[in-house]
Amino acid sequence: MEALDRIFIRIGEAFSTFLAQYLPAPVVTVIGMFLSAIIISTFAALTFMLLTWLERKFVGRMQDRIGPNRVGPFGLLQPIADAIKMFTKELITPAGAHKVVYNLAPILVVAPSLMIFAVIPFGRDMVAADLDVGVLYLIALSSATEVAILMAGWASRNKFSLLGAMRAVAQMLSYEVPLVLILLTLVLMAGSMRLTDLVAVQGVPFAFLQPVAFVIFIVAAAAELNRTPFDIPEAESELVAGYHTEYGGMKFGLFMMAEFIAAFGMAALVTTVFLGGWRPWLIPLPSWLWFLIKTYLVLFVFIWFRGTFPRLRIDQLQAFCWKFLVPVTLLNVIVTGVVVTFVPLVRNGEVVVRGIGGWATVTVVYFAVNVVFALVVAWLYRRPTLQAVQQIQVGQPAGRGLSREVQTA
Amino acid sequence: MTAEQVVFVLAAVVTLGSALGMVTTRSVFVGALWMIAVFGGVAALFILLGAGFLGIVQILVYIGAIAVLILFAIMLTPRVMGDPNAPRYNRQWPLVAVMASALASLLVALVLRTDWPLAQEGAPTITGFAVELGKGFMTTYILPFEVASVLLLVALIGAIVIAREE
Repeated sequence: MEALDRIFIRIGEAFSTFLAQYLPAPVVTVIGMFLSAIIISTFAALTFMLLTWLERKFVGRMQDRIGPNRVGPFGLLQPIADAIKMFTKELITPAGAHKVVYNLAPILVVAPSLMIFAVIPFGRDMVAADLDVGVLYLIALSSATEVAILMAGWASRNKFSLLGAMRAVAQMLSYEVPLVLILLTLVLMAGSMRLTDLVAVQGVPFAFLQPVAFVIFIVAAAAELNRTPFDIPEAESELVAGYHTEYGGMKFGLFMMAEFIAAFGMAALVTTVFLGGWRPWLIPLPSWLWFLIKTYLVLFVFIWFRGTFPRLRIDQLQAFCWKFLVPVTLLNVIVTGVVVTFVPLVRNGEVVVRGIGGWATVTVVYFAVNVVFALVVAWLYRRPTLQAVQQIQVGQPAGRGLSREVQTA
Repeated sequence: MTAEQVVFVLAAVVTLGSALGMVTTRSVFVGALWMIAVFGGVAALFILLGAGFLGIVQILVYIGAIAVLILFAIMLTPRVMGDPNAPRYNRQWPLVAVMASALASLLVALVLRTDWPLAQEGAPTITGFAVELGKGFMTTYILPFEVASVLLLVALIGAIVIAREE
């Protein structure tokens, strides 16, 4: 068990001791860094392939279809067939496009999504770069993606691309706010922005201590990833394919890859900050296996969303973010700040909660505060919500009615 | 050259080269992209100097927020979008030239007059930089911090009031 848990670390150590016999120490360090970067990128690419298959299979099942089933057993080799198709397609640059920016955009959109993996703790002591500002680093990466999307939309010289890019970026900018505020809440509780510290604090997963934040985080994460029900940027009926309309072949493949890897990265982040990361739940399996199980559970929820919900309208989307998620998460920061003052989890970098009794008390306190908080929020929002529902039913834009109601309330 | 120096030279070349690209390009949009590369280079310099927190905040705030807003503003201004033969100068260029050279000479004078302290070999590196920064903001520099926050809040509300329909 112990050996299985540390198997990847052992392999790495054995390899570097082997290299150290022939090469000077600094060279071995550099080779080690390159190797871990290569391994993580390869892992990401393989994850991308698996995810495309999983998504099509699951959504197929939810829609009472079989999904991919021709290539290989259960259609498992479908991603390979798709990849070959994409690689052999002709690479076209539209005549009116800005060539450099057009070709740079797919590269710049993939790079940040690969960089996510550098700070994610995949298992006990399994993290490539344990940054002390890990949470901030992840947010910075997701905002760097926005620039690449704008580049793609602008350089294509296509109205659909441009509109799709504007929508995508407006949406990502908006939904980043609740995401950051929730992460701030968790950082308050853990007293650290280091992802390994966040995992270490979670004797009880934060999903139980902050259920409201957990649900909002999943919703906002789906919006940040431009996934259904928030896939307005690539609404086929309105925008062809959004900001990557003009891209074909592997250039389009890179956008797909960025999307799926970002989805995996976001699921890994949810796992790390809400589900206790690699910490085993009851059944003692290797820590990296637990991490993957939890991450794929979260991914399954995202795919489930896609198979279940209809697409929102853009005014509904923005109104939901700015008039509901942002105020609620902002209030949650304040409420949690008060609770953390009286019932701290961490003091001076040391976890102060001891034993099952201690964790039970902490969980009950945080959970109770969160339930009361949720009830208060529901009470505060009861009238604008009813109003908005009525207006949607008679077919008026939801945003206007909600704002007027909030003004008069 | 040590590895650090190599990285420094690379980051400096990227920063300066992108700055040149920014002022020489004809397209405003491409200029803004060059500016993003400048921000990236500066972030790399921060990280190289051991201020990883500042480097990441640089990416988050300058690339993720300010640059994206600038790109948005450019995209929403139809006249500056797209025309590759747009004139590069307008009638105000002599005034701008005077202002720019005044600023440049001021900066050069300051750079030359400053006595740049060099870290001694084996000097202690900055540890817990973010922690110190946070403590500074919340204790010694709380007044400027709060004043800046209130100013930004006022700007935010002002923008909403100006942009509101009715």
